[in-house]
Amino acid sequence: MSVDLTTVKKIASLARLAMSDDDAQALVPELNGILHWVEQLGEVDVTGVEPMTAVIPNTLRLRDDIVTDGDVRDKVLANAPQAEHGFFTVPKVIE
Amino acid sequence: MSALTDLTVAEIRDGFRAGEFSAREVAEAFNANVSAAKALNAFIVETPEHALAAADQADKDRAAGSLKPLSGVPIGMKDLFCTTGVQTTAASQILEGFTPPYESTVSQKLWDAGAGMLGKLNLDQFAMGSSNETSYFGNVISPWRRGDGDNAALAPGGSSGGSSAAIAARLCPAATGTDTGGSIRQPAAFTGITGIKPTYGRCSRWGIIAFASSLDQAGPMAHSVRDCAIMLEAMAGFDPKDSTSLDLPVPLWEAGLSSDLRGKKVGIPKEYRVEGLDADVARVWDDGIAWLKDAGAEIVEVSLPHSKYALPAYYIIAPAEASSNLARYDGVRYGLRDLPDGANLQDMYAATRAAGFGPEVKRRIIIGTYVLSAGFYDAYYTQAQKVRTLMAQDFAKAFEGCDVILAPTTPSAAFALGENVDDPLKMYLNDVFAVPASLAGLPAMSVPGGLSKDGLPLGLQIIGPAFDEQAVLNAGLAIEERAGFKARPDKWW
Repeated sequence: MSVDLTTVKKIASLARLAMSDDDAQALVPELNGILHWVEQLGEVDVTGVEPMTAVIPNTLRLRDDIVTDGDVRDKVLANAPQAEHGFFTVPKVIE
Repeated sequence: MSALTDLTVAEIRDGFRAGEFSAREVAEAFNANVSAAKALNAFIVETPEHALAAADQADKDRAAGSLKPLSGVPIGMKDLFCTTGVQTTAASQILEGFTPPYESTVSQKLWDAGAGMLGKLNLDQFAMGSSNETSYFGNVISPWRRGDGDNAALAPGGSSGGSSAAIAARLCPAATGTDTGGSIRQPAAFTGITGIKPTYGRCSRWGIIAFASSLDQAGPMAHSVRDCAIMLEAMAGFDPKDSTSLDLPVPLWEAGLSSDLRGKKVGIPKEYRVEGLDADVARVWDDGIAWLKDAGAEIVEVSLPHSKYALPAYYIIAPAEASSNLARYDGVRYGLRDLPDGANLQDMYAATRAAGFGPEVKRRIIIGTYVLSAGFYDAYYTQAQKVRTLMAQDFAKAFEGCDVILAPTTPSAAFALGENVDDPLKMYLNDVFAVPASLAGLPAMSVPGGLSKDGLPLGLQIIGPAFDEQAVLNAGLAIEERAGFKARPDKWW
């Protein structure tokens, strides 16, 4: 499979990366080179092989459903580019 | 007495306990080396006051007879570990100025063990790179230079390139690293130091800025195998805050060190003996085989038939996980915000991420987004995870016939900065020997094996079965004792 300019721009948009046409164009041959290279995985016979889900066998633990953290609003907001009245602030999203 | 900054972690710990010097003298000596080594660009933030405070506490504790395992030892902290009140950036502009209000589990364990922090170490941006050339804060320069009078600035390896350069240059006796696809072992090999990536889950990932969560694993880098054992004991341990943390006791790796390998079998993977293998790398590998034989081990050939697929699988899985993990950088909660005039929320996300991420990070996010997108998921991601299962089975089968595996760490010695930046694939191939153990979650370490004909360090890699860091450390010790690696870079910085 190979990508063209339209695909790269679509993927950049899905990834929320603003990208000029020139930058997207420069990525086309790079991505095609990398994709062509990873496609050698298609040679491997994986009949009956399960995809890996946990590299070291481990079971997900459950814990008691109790509050273990919280009441740290100011800490949570401390690194925000913009915070007002105890909230994160973003550009208007409702007209 | 040799300079305090030439001492290993074990020598600092023991000399401090024996009253040969104070912790403050040690911290001051390393602080001085750090501040005099700006030319290496190994640190993003220097924290001499943190090192001194821990040293003063250690001196008090010694007087009170309440010493801790790392009392008196200052270390470097890779800037991927969140540290309370100290800027943590992952070497990305998107996190410039981010000051965590919390501490990563691994760094907290090190402070609890008495260590002090000399500063936050530079790295490849979001740990994505093999040369430390993707940092927003500039390249780290290796203290090493080729022995032929060529003064080209060399790569310290990556992503833990600040850690490797700082240790090799005696700016810190040990440092933390993280290894996703070789990021501890490859820089250790390039700079003539030692580093171990433990079994996946040994060290908590909590508070480590995520790259590829199924692969990311913290580990120590230092001058010796013993130092790695000491550091790893302090860093490892169960953490309920990491869902993949191993709920196992931490072995006493230092006390268990033994270079007597009688009765042990060392596997040599035939697929790693690739055509065109660098002659120096092949020679050092042969030396390693001879040293392990001398230590009493039996050498056997093993097969890891899917090795050639490790890198392609890695370059699907790691970018896929990264594209998901890095979705959190949106200009809302922390870090950079780029809000062009009249931009709406979606525009702000896209502008912020375009401005804040470097080119390699964007490249990997795009690859990851593509391989996870509708219609391509099974062809790329599911196929890669199936190949990963086969690779893990290769290792499991190999370890039925041997205790550890010996291989080169890297396919070459350090390259010059700028030499590989125009070709991402060429750069990725640097980790060809390191990535298989990462995909299988296995403990693996690099120890110095010798020098290339250009006078640059080459590493030997030991890979062990899951949970058996001791076997890896012990084989590493047997090599260390016989390699007699004493080379160090001439000071030019």
